[in-house]
Amino acid sequence: MRITLLDYGAGNIASVEWALQRLGAESQRVATPECVATAEALLLPGVGHFETLIRVLNEQKLRTPLCDAIRRGIPFLGICLGLQALYNASDEAPELTGLQVLPGRVRLLPPIAKLPHMGWNRLVLKNQSRLLEGIDADAYFYFAHSYAAIEQGEETVAACSYGTEFVAVLEKDNMCAVQFHPEKSGEAGARVLRNFLRVCG
Amino acid sequence: MSLARRIIPCLDVDGDRVVKGVNFIGLRDAGDPSTLAVRYNREGADELVVLDIAASRDHRPTFLETIRRVAGELAIPLTAGGGIRSAEDARAVLRAGADKITLNTAAVARPELISETSLEFGAQAVVLAIDAKKHGDQWVVMVRGGRDSANLDAIAWAIQGVALGAGEILVTSMDRDGTKSGFDTALTAGISSTVSVPVIASGGARLPEHFAEILTGGRADAALAASIFHDRIQPIRELKEFLSARGIPVRLPC
Repeated sequence: MRITLLDYGAGNIASVEWALQRLGAESQRVATPECVATAEALLLPGVGHFETLIRVLNEQKLRTPLCDAIRRGIPFLGICLGLQALYNASDEAPELTGLQVLPGRVRLLPPIAKLPHMGWNRLVLKNQSRLLEGIDADAYFYFAHSYAAIEQGEETVAACSYGTEFVAVLEKDNMCAVQFHPEKSGEAGARVLRNFLRVCG
Repeated sequence: MSLARRIIPCLDVDGDRVVKGVNFIGLRDAGDPSTLAVRYNREGADELVVLDIAASRDHRPTFLETIRRVAGELAIPLTAGGGIRSAEDARAVLRAGADKITLNTAAVARPELISETSLEFGAQAVVLAIDAKKHGDQWVVMVRGGRDSANLDAIAWAIQGVALGAGEILVTSMDRDGTKSGFDTALTAGISSTVSVPVIASGGARLPEHFAEILTGGRADAALAASIFHDRIQPIRELKEFLSARGIPVRLPC
């Protein structure tokens, strides 16, 4: 199955492509509503500002086909900002509406620790996970963000602790998302991507 | 649970070759960038920094090609810089495969460059690189590859840089760089204890004890070195095992 990468201009999409290539997966960059609507499996990468992502999704008319695709149940993986976009809104751009696939709001991490939360951190496992299958419980993943989904739902399969606990991995049917960057997380990250490819079938 | 302290090899690049020198002068060839990238990725480096030391307009396409070649080999974050003068330059470096950019001389000349790039690419993508030299009882910022003084206090400049949107500070002690006499603990701690973002210490590393000291007493979130890694004087795996044995949280390679 070919993985469709949503290319919204921001985000380091090349790193994700290289990571998928190393696993032998086929991917294509798309930026049109038609291509999103016909995708078999979608990946929403993310680096940058919440506002940039949401504005591009709105302006390029990608919001509706993206939400439809996720609700239709095709395999979906959101990375970093791609996780945050699933929620109702974010304090990073309070005037904008998120994709509203999940309830709740993305918030600034508490300033009791240095921000951005930048570097390698470990997970706190909450539920059985398909993405984390075969990965050591004490494995490190690379994070680079200041905002996070603090409120955990039943879809939260792993959290991370930095100032407070926040959602690090979520899975709901075929919808998956991670706050860290699997494409930058060495062997453990590659395993997460390989597990997603298995979800894709 | 705490964030692992990072060990970061740095490739000083002139066009498509890695070079090295002492106190910013006397450069000599130290290898192929992507060959070194493959090695560091495998040996458990937490991140890689690639700096274009020539930073000339003429060599830009070669440097971007070097970033592409290096980034394609890495499953860890890549920071690239040297000669970034505009958001346009920054975009080219990020699109070539870097996750973060470093700003140095151009940010001193025009501090708004920090806010422009931070707003566009996010604070997590903007690293303010400060080359500092001890002068009396303070550290002054040096620019143009360490040749000129900017007449700025390094700690004050770090504070201003963070206020403008820098997401990380890379501080290089020019007094220690290339001397292998250890990191400048006072300089690094001085900056790290005043700013709210992560600080990478650079310049002077030789022994595992130097890394342990800068990551504890020096309050560094990450430590960077070049030649001791390139020349295999200090294997990264052994360094991390040394740090781990002293209770410093590090990501041990499989």
